[in-house]
Amino acid sequence: MPHAVAVTVNGTSYPREIEPTLLLVEYLRETLGLTGTHVGCDTSQCGACTVLVDGRATKACTMLAVQADGAEVITIEGLAKNGDMHPIQRAFAKEHALQCGFCTPGLMITAVDFLERNPSPSDAEIRHAIKGNLCRCTGYHNIVNAIRSASAEMRQSAGARPKVAAEAKR
Amino acid sequence: MTATTTPTYIGARVARKEDPRLITGEGTFTDDVTLPGMAYLTLVRSPHAHARIRRIDTTAAKKEPGVVAVFTGKDLEATGMLPVFITVPSMSGSKHMPIATDKARYAGDAVAAVVADSREAAKRAADLIAVDYEPLPIVVDAMKALEPGAPIVHEELGSNLVFTYPVKGGDIDKAFKDAEVKISQRIVNQRLIPNAIEPRAVTAKFEAGELTLWSTTQIPHFVQLIAALNLGLGQNKVRVIAPEVGGGFGSKLQVYAEELLVGFLAKTLGRPVKWTEERREGYLATIHGRDHVSDVELAAKRDGTILGLRVRTVANVGAYLQAFAPGIPTILHVFIVPGAYRIPAFDYEMRGAYTNTTPVDAYRGAGRPEAAYLIERMVDRLADEIRMDPAEVRRKNFIAADAFPFNTISGITYDSGNYEPALDRALAMADYKGFEKRRAEAKTRGNYRGIGISSYVEICGLAPSKVNAALGVGWGGYESARIRVHATGSVQVFTGTSPHGQGHETSWAQIAADALGISPNDIEVRHGDTFESPGMGVGTFGSRSLAVGGVAVHKAAEKVREKVVQIGAHLLEASPADVVVAGGKVFVKGVPEKAKNFGDISMAAYLANNLPEGMEPGLEATVYYDPPNFTFPFGTHIAEVEIDGETGRVQIVKYSACDDCGRQINPMIVEGQLHGGITQGIGQALYEGAVYDNDGQLLSGSMMEYHVPTAEDVPPFDLDSTETLTNTNPLGVKGIGEAGTIGSTPAAVNAVIDALSPLGIKHLDMPLTPEKLWRAIRASGEGRR
Repeated sequence: MPHAVAVTVNGTSYPREIEPTLLLVEYLRETLGLTGTHVGCDTSQCGACTVLVDGRATKACTMLAVQADGAEVITIEGLAKNGDMHPIQRAFAKEHALQCGFCTPGLMITAVDFLERNPSPSDAEIRHAIKGNLCRCTGYHNIVNAIRSASAEMRQSAGARPKVAAEAKR
Repeated sequence: MTATTTPTYIGARVARKEDPRLITGEGTFTDDVTLPGMAYLTLVRSPHAHARIRRIDTTAAKKEPGVVAVFTGKDLEATGMLPVFITVPSMSGSKHMPIATDKARYAGDAVAAVVADSREAAKRAADLIAVDYEPLPIVVDAMKALEPGAPIVHEELGSNLVFTYPVKGGDIDKAFKDAEVKISQRIVNQRLIPNAIEPRAVTAKFEAGELTLWSTTQIPHFVQLIAALNLGLGQNKVRVIAPEVGGGFGSKLQVYAEELLVGFLAKTLGRPVKWTEERREGYLATIHGRDHVSDVELAAKRDGTILGLRVRTVANVGAYLQAFAPGIPTILHVFIVPGAYRIPAFDYEMRGAYTNTTPVDAYRGAGRPEAAYLIERMVDRLADEIRMDPAEVRRKNFIAADAFPFNTISGITYDSGNYEPALDRALAMADYKGFEKRRAEAKTRGNYRGIGISSYVEICGLAPSKVNAALGVGWGGYESARIRVHATGSVQVFTGTSPHGQGHETSWAQIAADALGISPNDIEVRHGDTFESPGMGVGTFGSRSLAVGGVAVHKAAEKVREKVVQIGAHLLEASPADVVVAGGKVFVKGVPEKAKNFGDISMAAYLANNLPEGMEPGLEATVYYDPPNFTFPFGTHIAEVEIDGETGRVQIVKYSACDDCGRQINPMIVEGQLHGGITQGIGQALYEGAVYDNDGQLLSGSMMEYHVPTAEDVPPFDLDSTETLTNTNPLGVKGIGEAGTIGSTPAAVNAVIDALSPLGIKHLDMPLTPEKLWRAIRASGEGRR
């Protein structure tokens, strides 16, 4: 039996009637057509489906869409604001932290949540923070560089730009 | 005849043109393609590794709400067989239907198909299909599969032997007679699961007699060709699109059952159809890699000189031969086994065996990692045996820099090489000289520290078409490029290569930009659409794209440039020899102030009313480039590891590599390829391995049991390079896509064995997991209690 839910995604509320078995990632990709969030596995190992749910990086394949009723979700499509890229997006491009780009949205979302909680991480902390996001192309070297580089930029511009994760938490 | 310009963009760290769409979620991957009225395909897969299909009852499935159609293998025979593109001598080929009709030959072999209005309905119906199986005896181990009395995977072939592939050179008997040292070692190169993070997917529609098929493929043109032939369509009526493809590593280098099925079903059912692989399904139904067991004997002198190498290998090809499978353990493996060394005598016999396991084909490196691992382990075994520095054993046996082009004992010709500088730089980067101090320090912590070297040579640039034919490869090894300059001066490059992370849009634009004297920003590179391509592309695999496809782009751009010069000379009333094309301008040497814009020239080409006498209007060029030889990149990788004496856990504390891939078009991309490749190679050395039980059940059946390296499992990488150009192509480029994977596995394993050598440990099989090392340490009588 369909359930009525309203999930706020990237600032817009989407009231929809959905099956209770629908995963959040299916809701995003198939119900709303936001295909920037990817599905890479079915065991919550790869992290390609990571989105922010009420400010916390969440694997959208491990959550039912009905559980997100009333929640604030930010996906990769919502990371840039008015065409202004988030520092993590710029850093990923600058540091060549992506190759095929499939894992990239999940990794950037994980990094955004992490950097808002830990603005000056060590490389070891960065590596620990992203260990739930698998990348088969880059060997993580440049991803670590990108997250470090983004952290510097975010510290410099602190206050100038609203925190994505914190904003979603309200 | 035209004035040459110095490279501006070749060699520069140009930002990737691919990135803006990929970092904003705007890229379109195959599963993102959704069409109106689309139906979903689900396959029923055999839970048995070997079983006769007695009967399939689809009655209940057909009644399930939302079901469009249910098929068994017999209903779908019209899709034809899955192709094998390589035939090696004595090969015993298997019949391979998209859906098994008589028996299932591995756990995961498809036996029925359901199409429904939704994924969920298709899955529900698939669960209702009752298959009556008669279980048959199972063979998983390739060695056992070749023993008399083994269960036969394909009865009509009479045995499980796929081929016997012998390659010999020199006098092997004399080598072993003269040997002062003989080393025998079994070398196991375990089966791996590729794990591109994007699962496979296929979407197709059939409209107005035309099939459009989106697929996660590295070879859209081969998919087009086979779909057209098998489905009875003109090739002009099959459009295959490889949109964004989320990694491949060889696993998307196939014409898979699902591609033919989705194409066939879209055509037959008259509505769009999509199939998306689930990860656990992919572990069963997407090809695996490696899986060799080799018995190796090395003959040498006490001074470290290698005299001969004898190898007997069985390669497990799985239940069916896949597209390139016959060529991986043979052409791409056997010939390169001598590696960087002058080996006077060589005797290799490779045999392939069918087993009741998932088919094995190309996985990053494809035959060459197996070769490098084999020879580099043996060199270290020799060094250990004669108590000589492994770096010096390598140096002693290296092919000398002045010996190139070098004819190897296995019968191929290395284009160029200079191995010592790469070794020396890597040794310096790794502070090799200071290592023993660090080993001693680790010992005070109760840990074992080791350092491992790997000096690899590999084969890229597949391949000269005539050589392909001689080796049994059933298609040419060229690549195509078309460059179209529009009237306004905007430029499109169409390439037959099909990247899936390698950044061809950027590198190809750099190559074309230098030839055309414009910025890469003004060049758009398009790929992966068979209706846009020059006609036939071969695709992206075997680190061939740059050395073949990139060179095709260069040649096409040179052709266009030549016409630009001719038109420019005509308009400027100068001799073509004096015309310079640079910075978006065309001018007479020494008179840049009287320049024509690049766009003026292209406009003139299409206005066509003031062109040199006899010149055709328009400004575009198409090139099919067939290389004269392979290329042979090389390098030295050094891993330093510390093993926890208490837990057996390996940490790579430092990783240094000096690679030589000839000229680098974009060093940033080169480094990225190495980072990823090294990580996959470390994955094989330390973490990864497909495990079957004796019933042919894949125990490492999901990402929970199969450990893909995480960010915490690998170190940062310290990279350097040397540049030894190849004469094989005008750019001097060799290829770098697989080098990291080839170089890293032996370096990591050699380091671990070096760490444990004080305990008397001479060899351990991969993956070198904590448990394996813990047991080995304790078995040696050491280790903290």
